[in-house]
Amino acid sequence: MKTATREKLVSAVFLAVALTSVAAVALICVFLFASGIPAVGEIGVFRFLLGREWSPTDVPPVFGILPMILGSLYVTAGAILFGVPVGVLTSVFMARMCRPRLYRVIKPALDLLAGIPSIVYGFFGLMVLVPLTREIFGGTGKSIFTASLLLGIMILPTIIGVSESALRSVPQSYYEGALALGASHTRAVYFTVLPAAKSGIFAGVILGIGRAIGETMAVIMVAGNQARAPTGVFKGVRTLTANIVMEMGYSEGLHREALIATGVVLFVFILIINVSFSLVKRRSKQ
Amino acid sequence: MIKFDIQNLKLYYGDYQALKGIDLAIEEREITAFIGPSGCGKSTLLKSLNRMNDLVEGCRVVGKVLLDGEDIYGALDVTELRRRVGMVFQKPNPFPMSVYDNIAFGPRTHGITQKHKLDEIVETTLKNAAIWDELKDRLKKSAIALSGGQQQRLCIARALAVQPEVLLMDEPTSALDPISTGKIEELILDLKRRYSIVIVTHNMQQATRISDKTAFFLLGEVVEFDETENLFSAPRDKRTEDYITGRFG
Ligand SMILES: Nc1ncnc2c1ncn2[C@@H]1O[C@H](COP(=O)(O)OP(=O)(O)OP(=O)(O)O)[C@@H](O)[C@H]1O
Ligand SMILES: [Mg+2]
Repeated sequence: MKTATREKLVSAVFLAVALTSVAAVALICVFLFASGIPAVGEIGVFRFLLGREWSPTDVPPVFGILPMILGSLYVTAGAILFGVPVGVLTSVFMARMCRPRLYRVIKPALDLLAGIPSIVYGFFGLMVLVPLTREIFGGTGKSIFTASLLLGIMILPTIIGVSESALRSVPQSYYEGALALGASHTRAVYFTVLPAAKSGIFAGVILGIGRAIGETMAVIMVAGNQARAPTGVFKGVRTLTANIVMEMGYSEGLHREALIATGVVLFVFILIINVSFSLVKRRSKQ
Repeated sequence: MIKFDIQNLKLYYGDYQALKGIDLAIEEREITAFIGPSGCGKSTLLKSLNRMNDLVEGCRVVGKVLLDGEDIYGALDVTELRRRVGMVFQKPNPFPMSVYDNIAFGPRTHGITQKHKLDEIVETTLKNAAIWDELKDRLKKSAIALSGGQQQRLCIARALAVQPEVLLMDEPTSALDPISTGKIEELILDLKRRYSIVIVTHNMQQATRISDKTAFFLLGEVVEFDETENLFSAPRDKRTEDYITGRFG
């Protein structure tokens, strides 16, 4: 074979491989929308998205997913509430304050935390967090609060990882400038380095939101999963992901399609998150 | 009046000795220039005057640096030292925040929080740094958007905002165009009335234009220290002469 032909062949192979992921996304989109949209049409967009009742086995069935949309939003917001302060402060500590020896302990611990399968998180939640919540706050212990706490822990590695590298890439000259004005180490870090890294940190938070909203197994095990609008933080809640997993097995017909449409809603959420992530990234580069 | 009295100062980076017993007296309300070839220890000495060398791991200092007679490596609080001895860096380093917040950073650090006081400090320091007219309408804008020359003058103003007694400047104009350089030299000459200034420069003309005294460094030692006029017109040491006439490295 001539070199030129071989080059062309090789690059064609690379292109084909590279396109696999694009093709996968495209296929998923097509599948989701093709099987989900008709159901939404049949149920009615507003009755589907804003309907407060989900009774798929009633005659006639009612498919309103507002409780699940709210459920996902509450649980994610809760996770942010727990995860962001802890995550950001940890990343500041790791990037600018901790001794190398301690760093060599924290870093692998976080990598491990990131690698734990979500079912194991779920068990931890079920065996530890649920009883604890029940003891302290009453109720069943399976609640928005518990799910938020667990998700908050799960998104820590994401937030910390991204924030830490954002903090490390802040020019040392800011820090030195602050010290030269008589600022203490802590003040220099919190008032010059941290603000300079804020869009990077924000990007980390958005990634964390993505992780939290898409999480399924762990949430199912601690959230209670009642398909009704939650009335308090210590009440049970069902998320979009939980809704799909719990009913997919026995559903058929319109019920099944309504679950896929739930997936479409989830997909749109993730899309929004990804777009905001790249917007934030772009702004932080400027 | 002697502001800084440096006595037999030796500085080590790990095993490497960067300063080999410096003796130097820096006068109040004068401009002292440090000149010398690259790597001879000018920045090192400058940084040891406000203890920025503390940041360098393995850096060790022997000898004495007295500020108004008080040993800065002794009981003197390092944040207080750095308030009294301001620093301007080679590359302008405004914080990525508004012009106003840049100036207010130092005063806030030292406990001033009332809005009207900060407003007043921002205005007077920007005026003292002769950059008020250019920036008065952009106080809330990001300092990063300013030109390099404006950024450097902002950094000088930022250092002045904590009412220092001494200003250390490490090649403050080396990253700037001739016009910005001229403005900063003018500013430095004006500031001399109120502050003691130490400036590191590779520009001989700059040293002759603005400084009262000049120290010539070589390999971690001060070879010659004299009135700028004398040092440049009648150097006593052969090595100084070689350097200022350009016959050296
Ligand atoms: N952080 C450091 N760690 C180790 N060695 C250093 C450090 N900073 C400077 N040195 C060494 O100390 C010596 C003096 O450096 P210094 O930066 O003071 O030189 P300088 O006179 O300012 O040079 P220039 O004109 O290039 O800025 C050099 O040999 C340099 O390699
Ligand atoms: Mg230098």
